[in-house]
Amino acid sequence: MDIYLLEAVINGILLGGVLALLALGLNLIFGVVDVIWIAYADIVMCAMYAIYFLYTGLSVPLPLAFLIAIIGAASLGVLVHLLIIAPVLNSAPLNQLLATGGLLFFLQSFATLLFGTDFRNIGVRLPVLEFATIYVSFARLIAFAVGLIGAIALYGFLKWTYLGIAIRALAQDRDIVGLMGVDPRRIYLVVSAIGGGLAGLAACLLALQYDVHPFIGNTFGPVIFMICVLGGLGNMIGGFVASFIISQIIAIGGYYSSTELSYVLAFTFFIVLMFIRPRGLFAR
Amino acid sequence: MLSLAAVSAGYGSFQALFDVSLEVAQGEAVGIIGPNGAGKTTLMRVISGLIPMREGAMTLEGRSVGGLPAHRMVEAGIAHVPENRRLFPRLSVEENLRIGAFIPQARAHFAERLDWVFSLFPRLEERRGQLAGTLSGGEQQMCAIARALMSKPKVLLMDEPSAGLAPLVVQQVFDLVHKIRAEGLTVLIVEQNVQQVLEVVDRAYLLEVGAIKLAGSSAELKDNSFIRQSYMGL
Amino acid sequence: MSTTRLAWAAGLAILIVLPFITPTYFLHLLIQILIWAFIYTAWSLMGRFGFVSFGHGAFMGIGAYVPALLWSYWNVTPWLGIPLGVVLSGLLAIIIGYPCFRRRVIGHYFALVTLALSQVVLLSLIAAREITGGSLGFTQRAVGYSWYALQFPEKSYFYAIAVLLWLFGLAVWRRIDRGIGREALEAISEDEEAAASVGIDVLREKMRVTVISAALTALGGAVYGQYVMYLNPETVSGIAVSLQIVFAAIAGGVYSLFGPSVGALLTLSLTEGLRVWFGANFVGAANTIYGILLVLCIIFMPQGIVGTLQRPKGSSARRDIAWNWRKG
Ligand SMILES: Nc1ncnc2c1ncn2[C@@H]1O[C@H](COP(=O)(O)OP(=O)(O)OP(=O)(O)O)[C@@H](O)[C@H]1O
Ligand SMILES: [Mg+2]
Repeated sequence: MDIYLLEAVINGILLGGVLALLALGLNLIFGVVDVIWIAYADIVMCAMYAIYFLYTGLSVPLPLAFLIAIIGAASLGVLVHLLIIAPVLNSAPLNQLLATGGLLFFLQSFATLLFGTDFRNIGVRLPVLEFATIYVSFARLIAFAVGLIGAIALYGFLKWTYLGIAIRALAQDRDIVGLMGVDPRRIYLVVSAIGGGLAGLAACLLALQYDVHPFIGNTFGPVIFMICVLGGLGNMIGGFVASFIISQIIAIGGYYSSTELSYVLAFTFFIVLMFIRPRGLFAR
Repeated sequence: MLSLAAVSAGYGSFQALFDVSLEVAQGEAVGIIGPNGAGKTTLMRVISGLIPMREGAMTLEGRSVGGLPAHRMVEAGIAHVPENRRLFPRLSVEENLRIGAFIPQARAHFAERLDWVFSLFPRLEERRGQLAGTLSGGEQQMCAIARALMSKPKVLLMDEPSAGLAPLVVQQVFDLVHKIRAEGLTVLIVEQNVQQVLEVVDRAYLLEVGAIKLAGSSAELKDNSFIRQSYMGL
Repeated sequence: MSTTRLAWAAGLAILIVLPFITPTYFLHLLIQILIWAFIYTAWSLMGRFGFVSFGHGAFMGIGAYVPALLWSYWNVTPWLGIPLGVVLSGLLAIIIGYPCFRRRVIGHYFALVTLALSQVVLLSLIAAREITGGSLGFTQRAVGYSWYALQFPEKSYFYAIAVLLWLFGLAVWRRIDRGIGREALEAISEDEEAAASVGIDVLREKMRVTVISAALTALGGAVYGQYVMYLNPETVSGIAVSLQIVFAAIAGGVYSLFGPSVGALLTLSLTEGLRVWFGANFVGAANTIYGILLVLCIIFMPQGIVGTLQRPKGSSARRDIAWNWRKG
């Protein structure tokens, strides 16, 4: 195999790690609260700005800036649930989707108002590693490792803790979890916080590789929705696998053509697959 | 132990319960019988807090519990085995039992409770790793009852535990009521299977179109000609 | 009956007089409102039956770019380019719609498949940056006043075109609303199997509104492109435009003739008003407030503005925006 193609494949796997984190967060929220957060990627944008200003503006050490951003994003998740999702919890699904769509407009415009449309970079340059003539960016390697660890941690949490089992139970039968002593409203808040926190974690990884600007959410938001649907909405393992499929299409496609066309390829692949398997690749 | 005074409830503009009053003493087993659509399930839901009551009062051990949401009712000591079992199908048997012990006071005693329910239902121990959705109907009913018992309740509500089960299994379920009562639990049980339920409960209420029509001890009801005709087919 | 006639006559009279009494700036705003009102009306042809498309940015993009590119690079008159764009959009609607309906891709899944479609068009436009200028956009080759190129420096020409376009959109809406198709589609959106069992050709009716809706959206995009001359992928295609269409149509209300138009009037004058109010110093302020208002509107007026003011005839019950929207 061509050495550059191999490099693209490896970088695709590493990109998949970040996408997987985001897909996990979105799927968790959808599976439990049953609402698609169209503005999910914009929470990542907010957290990236937080990192940028904490690190470059206030000279907060990077790890601390990351931590604050994650906590901030988790709190934002809770806030979004309380202010926007909770009031429309019993509305038509379309209204729920649109309510978070309004949030998308709000967050993007508010960021424009506050920070302008400049592209900003935290300016941390991580080394590029060389393994036997293959170059791999260290930032992507970290992203992959963190993505994997995050996914495993979330899996463990859902599998072995009381709260985690309650979350899965609620996703399966929301009407009767109250009979188990579980307060659904509390679970919604926990899930929104975890979802927000995962967005914050993804923001840390993305901030190492990409510039932040108010509309960065539009560039990878649709990709995440696509991954979630491909994996079967609410199916976290499916979403995890789909992240790596899509990131490969993007990486290999980008190797043969341009970045945009590789996304076009990925979206087209997605549309065609939906016709073949309307409930996703891993529909139950 | 548990007492309801003039409770009314319904769904939207539809009223399903009218001035229902009932009384269950500590350690007693009480049955609720009645035709389809009488409001038996609704009554259970009101008691366990799944739907709010519109009027009336409810007390548990003398403490007012009217209007508490379901998760608070569990903490107060009421466990509800819902109609049609409603297990979490993609959780394993053990996970279903674990979530039954979600409230803090139950979590602390999880291991011993688990031993106890496994001694009641040895079958479940064999199947503890299996997904609940793949259990047989009888096993599912056992699991649903076990799940409710995990919260260490004072009062156990059971909604048609015998529905859809083979006669032999029905008998097992009713035998269970004896065992549970031996542990000091109070039981309130909704049943269509009037003849058999009257064998295990001390008293029963007849609910028709959302109101209590008749109440009495099992012996009285077994002799009541109206009950015999309409509900026991005798 | 006669009062409605009178209202129509008065409304038309106002529309005819307006260009003579309003300053150019307002005329510009008015033209935009009319074109968008047409597009929102086109969207609502599908949306009201529960087919909530987030892909109309794709149709609008094709409708706008095909004639613009053909004219600017190959000198093909928009009189040919526009029909071509409209037909291409219709074809794309068939290619996407048919399998979606056949395979019962509905609800969230339909929304996200159509969203992917609008991304495909957006990214293709950006990728073809050699001719489209990519995300920087491109300006059509201008030749001044020309019927051949459909270019009119005078705003009044476009005003007339926009009014006619808008009236055409209303006529189509009305026709579908009055036709048997509507009852068929309402039956479908309530219970598809039952509709099929009484002999309604479910698939055909769905395809019909889908193709009409997509073709009209492309037409709207074409007129928009001819009018503004400058095209940017982000302003005619992609997630932002698709969301804008869905929002405004639903904010206005999709069950009444003027609902989407009211949506266009309100959202555009609001954003424009806010923009003027805040001036150039606060880029984003207008849309910030717009976003907040959208969220509030969805929470407190789930039926849309017109829907909230005026319940549809013949149904006293609350009507949810999308009946056909079952959770996937
Ligand atoms: N979720 C609901 N929404 C509206 N009405 C309901 C709902 N659940 C029950 N009802 C109505 O309330 C009445 C009582 O229903 P309920 O389920 O309590 O009857 P039941 O006595 O348990 O009947 P069965 O023996 O068939 O289980 C019925 O008329 C039923 O249609
Ligand atoms: Mg019942």
